[in-house]
Amino acid sequence: MSERGGLQPKHQRLALVVAAVVALVAAAIIATWALRSQASYFYVPSEIVKDHPAPGRAVRLGGMVEKGSILTRPDGVTIDFVVGDGTARVPVRYSGIVPDLFVEGSGVVAEGRMQANGTFIADKLLAKHDENYVPRELKEMTAAQKKLVVEETTAK
Amino acid sequence: MIAELGLAALWLAAALAALQLVAGFLAVRQNAPVGEGELALLVRPAAVVQGVLCAFAFAMLIWLFARTDLSVKLVAMNSHSMKPLVFKIAGAWGNHEGSMLLWVTVMSAAGALIALIERRLPERTMQATLAAQGFVALGFYAFLLFSSNPFERLPVPALEGNGLNPLLQDIGLAFHPPTLYLGYVGLSVAFSFAVGALLTRSVTPDFARAMRPWVLGAWIFLTVGITAGSYWAYYELGWGGWWFWDPVENASLMPWLAATALLHSASVLAARDALRAWTIMLGVVAFSMSMVGTFLVRSGILTSVHAFAVDPERGAFILILLAIYIGGALAVFGLRASTISEGERFALVSREGALVVNNVLLSAILGVVLLGTLYPLLTEAMGVRVSVGPPYFDPASAIFALPMLLVMAAGPLLRWRRDRLQRVGSPLLLAGLVALAGLVVASAWASPGLLPLLGLALGAGLAVASLLPLRGRNLRRLPLATLGMVVAHFGIAVALIGMASDSAFSEERLAALKVGDTAAVGPWKVTLQAVSPVAGPNWNALEGVMAASYAGGEPVLLTPQARTFWAPPQETTESALDTRWNGQLYAVLGKAADGERWQVRLWWKPFVTLIWFGGLLIALGGVLALLGRVAGDLKRRAIRRKGAARRAEVAA
Repeated sequence: MSERGGLQPKHQRLALVVAAVVALVAAAIIATWALRSQASYFYVPSEIVKDHPAPGRAVRLGGMVEKGSILTRPDGVTIDFVVGDGTARVPVRYSGIVPDLFVEGSGVVAEGRMQANGTFIADKLLAKHDENYVPRELKEMTAAQKKLVVEETTAK
Repeated sequence: MIAELGLAALWLAAALAALQLVAGFLAVRQNAPVGEGELALLVRPAAVVQGVLCAFAFAMLIWLFARTDLSVKLVAMNSHSMKPLVFKIAGAWGNHEGSMLLWVTVMSAAGALIALIERRLPERTMQATLAAQGFVALGFYAFLLFSSNPFERLPVPALEGNGLNPLLQDIGLAFHPPTLYLGYVGLSVAFSFAVGALLTRSVTPDFARAMRPWVLGAWIFLTVGITAGSYWAYYELGWGGWWFWDPVENASLMPWLAATALLHSASVLAARDALRAWTIMLGVVAFSMSMVGTFLVRSGILTSVHAFAVDPERGAFILILLAIYIGGALAVFGLRASTISEGERFALVSREGALVVNNVLLSAILGVVLLGTLYPLLTEAMGVRVSVGPPYFDPASAIFALPMLLVMAAGPLLRWRRDRLQRVGSPLLLAGLVALAGLVVASAWASPGLLPLLGLALGAGLAVASLLPLRGRNLRRLPLATLGMVVAHFGIAVALIGMASDSAFSEERLAALKVGDTAAVGPWKVTLQAVSPVAGPNWNALEGVMAASYAGGEPVLLTPQARTFWAPPQETTESALDTRWNGQLYAVLGKAADGERWQVRLWWKPFVTLIWFGGLLIALGGVLALLGRVAGDLKRRAIRRKGAARRAEVAA
């Protein structure tokens, strides 16, 4: 439809429909491709140990903060801790202000990426906020594994 | 007693919605001549009374919250006698049931308004429109009354309420949801108009002119709501970001994208009688996006700050409503679309052509956002849990947003019907040169990423191009609607520069400071002077006192807090901001790092405030356009009245 208004009415409608469909299909293709490469998958420690997500890829790690594992580095803002699910343990490093309910023996979801050396670098930590706002994965996990975790954390 | 009055009003309103639906539908079926047919006479009054009853029910709920009537379940669950009054009242819609009641109230109020004042369209189309509005309202009344009754009593009154989520105890809450809801639900009017016009086969420029102010009004509220919500998240969450691609943010962005497209295609229909079927389609899509948003937020299927309660039954209910309305509207569209005759023709290089490109690209962005928002739900059905964030949304939406912004620079300069690019070549060249200058300056200043760099350059070019339609025109004679367009487009450019500048030039500093220590971020030097406890009405806090000096100048005091609420028990961080003309300093106080040091997080964000100024400019443009349209309509009505009076005189 590059000529100035020289199209028949029927053709113009067709051209509009085709243009719209092409753009939407392009959007769908780009979206699907980008989703496959950019969506961040959720892992619990045993899965992350087994599957080894590619280093540098954005993933989420959910589990329990092990008792006695939180160590603050000398700079005062970087912490190291261990996230476990009863079968596997993943060391995590995080720089920043931790959420209010981030404590040992409690659940956490860390967003970040694995490093080649097996340490998880977290960009953001989500802890249980209140009874109304719990990261979804965390809620399911605590329901399924609460007993195990309670046993594990009280045995020490 | 108050609760029972509210509930009774709600049931009556639902009955009137049913009456409105049946009477309107029968009137349209009978094909009665204008104004005749007894049923037809009922439709408008039913809509008005329904609106009044619903507003009454909502007022009753606010009253219950204001006096903290703990025998009502909703109040006991979500309020607390010690809360400040403004948060008690705002708490009325800070929960699922109350916010759904607000939703329905806004919707029936909009229906009452069109019943009262809309006289431009054929009466038959209006009846079909009001019947559609009644149909949609009826579904939501059923939802309220059967699965989320806000007036439910407790068997035994509670001694004390549970309190309100402290994140929501902010003045922002008083205005943020009502504003967004006015936008969401205002689009229901566009939906009803579209269905009414389809059913009565009257998709005309008059229909577009009647619908446009409503879409414009809804769009203004959405724009303000999104802008305010973004700023609220920015200072309340303490994460330094202003947009997180959170599902609930997307839920408000998607109707905005659809409404923006609808606004522009309605303009083409009103001015040139083209894009008939497309406009109808967008009317359906825009309100569908509002309902999808409501579904995502209210079903609790996605977690976020906004999801108050997870309840699969409610989610299923809204999903069924969604299927009925969207499916029904699309079915009517499929049956009737072929009977809408083709509109006027136009060339690709023309105002219409540019608006079509804008529409298609907006729809593409909408598709990208929608897919990204729903993707976690789709994969979860297959047992894989993912989350989708900025690494997806930023580039995928930019691919379509950047060409759209290019076309937006040229579109307003083109003539209707057909034009030549050579005619607008020199002004566009000017805009292009400014964009190039922006590119050079930005890359010389820092080395930002590709997207921020393109954003800065495009923003600069667009800012110039958006003002070009004013060239050679008498500003005092300029129609308000045209001025509105210029202001809104300029606002897009301003917001774009703000966004790009924030991601290109922001600096962050994270440090553990002893009292007396100083940290530097950008041109700022920030000294922690003291950390002391303070108390509020229902919280205690640790407050950091920081002296911040910009480039060695006079220091300003910042007091970020870490608050602990005691009903319900929760902690929040209150950030502290210092705003200069060229940006904002953002400070957050964290935990005690060890015995004597405090964690402090600081950002220097150059020109970040332009994001929200731009958003407000966009809304202001909408207000100007709306005023222009309404004033024009009133003038036409006055002329018609005078003409009729004169004719009556002559006849007498």
